[in-house]
Amino acid sequence: MAKHFSTLQHDVWLPYKFAVGPVFQRFYEGLKEEKILGNRCPQCNKILVPARSFCPKCNVDMDEWVEVSQEGEIVTWMVAHEPFFGMPVEPPFIGALIRLDGTDCDLLHLVGGIDLSSPDTIAKKVKKGTRVKAVWRAEKEGHMLDIQYFMPM
Amino acid sequence: MGREVAIIGSGQTKHGRRNDLTYPDLVREAVQAALRNTGITLDDVDGVVSGTMPSMMEGVAFTHFYFADALGSVGKPIMKTETCGTTGMSLAQTGYYWVASGMADMVLVVGSEKMHEGDSQATMSTVLEPFYLRPFLTGAPGVFSMQGQQWTATYNIPEEKTREAAAKISVDHHRDALDNPYAHIQLDLSMDDVKNARLISYPVRLWDVCPNSDGACAVVFASAEKAKKICAKPAWVKGLGFCGDEYWYGDSNKVAWACAMEAARQAYDMAGITNPRRELDVAEIYNPFTFVELLHYECFGFSEPGRACDDTLAGAYARDGELPCDPSGGVLCTNPIGATALIRVAEAALQVSGQAGDHQIDGAKLALAHGLGGVSQFNGIMIVGSEG
Repeated sequence: MAKHFSTLQHDVWLPYKFAVGPVFQRFYEGLKEEKILGNRCPQCNKILVPARSFCPKCNVDMDEWVEVSQEGEIVTWMVAHEPFFGMPVEPPFIGALIRLDGTDCDLLHLVGGIDLSSPDTIAKKVKKGTRVKAVWRAEKEGHMLDIQYFMPM
Repeated sequence: MGREVAIIGSGQTKHGRRNDLTYPDLVREAVQAALRNTGITLDDVDGVVSGTMPSMMEGVAFTHFYFADALGSVGKPIMKTETCGTTGMSLAQTGYYWVASGMADMVLVVGSEKMHEGDSQATMSTVLEPFYLRPFLTGAPGVFSMQGQQWTATYNIPEEKTREAAAKISVDHHRDALDNPYAHIQLDLSMDDVKNARLISYPVRLWDVCPNSDGACAVVFASAEKAKKICAKPAWVKGLGFCGDEYWYGDSNKVAWACAMEAARQAYDMAGITNPRRELDVAEIYNPFTFVELLHYECFGFSEPGRACDDTLAGAYARDGELPCDPSGGVLCTNPIGATALIRVAEAALQVSGQAGDHQIDGAKLALAHGLGGVSQFNGIMIVGSEG
């Protein structure tokens, strides 16, 4: 019989308070009004979303705000089948990169509003290039999940 | 360019579920194995480099204190390096820089992880900030599944072909691991076992995914003068590269993946390699997921873009192929994360010094070791050769 080796249980619980900063604060206020806000880089002219304080490529401040389209195309996707620690959404769910119309980077979010019971039925409806639009929750908290998901059109 | 640097030996623990000993004792097991392999003593070591995953994996934040006695670092300078999955490669490169700079002649480099003590996927989720990326990425499988899907969609590779190639990689590596005494998961699987396994995150199934492993690895880096004096067959560091992506996950293309290609370019330039598929004899790719290994064949210039599945199915990267990849079984069979990329370096060095045992690639003279980490954010490479 294999020898039993004992272990000792120890849990770590640590609270944190993250500073939001003025740019994300405005972005979250936009979500409460059902607006998706990005900003335009004055150097490369790209529109990046979510809004951020500076362009990562050009390393210059971005002060010009743009309300971007709530429709776009799926760039890539996966279906989460296993629950993960601290996740706000129960599996199965579809995580995806979405290129909103007129923007120059991909937004990470969920695709939903379709039958998620089988990967094969999902693969018929969700592909690279599938058009999707934002579906909003009735109650807003100023959080990315104020957009419940992006639904295939 | 700094001084010439060699790897004079290494040690690994038996990887797997190791609740038979404490974490520091696991670290010591690798250190002692490296001392036996090289014939040196701790008195010969000028400095120690140590690293793990982020502290949430360990449950102890200050690991170089926790491991101080096990590492033999008391009374010596110690450096800690941590870059998530790339940690082991960053450790190796830290050791290399230290010796190349001339500030040390012999450096002990140690990576470790005891993944069964914590919750690896919970730790992986804390690698992401909680408000934008974390809710959508489900630890590592979500990230790599999306990257794999993006790759197949970019080149219109039929799903059946990708599935077949990924299954072959899984079957081959789980069998390769049977010849590696340190490997964690050693299995004889069929193609159907892999293709019909439980879904983790579509399209990734159970045998496409690496395990949680407990394990440690120690590698000794030395100056040319020391290496020639005490080691019959050193593995000479011929090239290295490291490159990272931005934080924002949707900002860059992860298929024609700039940071992987750039890391390889840096390493090939330094090593004088122009045709990696022909010139390299063996590669230890950081392959926590089958699809990730396929993608890297293209990023590293082994296969033309969109052709990795065809080349894999033709056997190019199998043990008896043109460029054997992960003959140790790779990350897919053994993943104590803080040690994992350092194991790639140790395995590459074993191959070019003819010490890889039952998974030795005959006559291997030039080998590539790879580390991948962050949220698909970092790539690092070290190339080692039998000739100084």
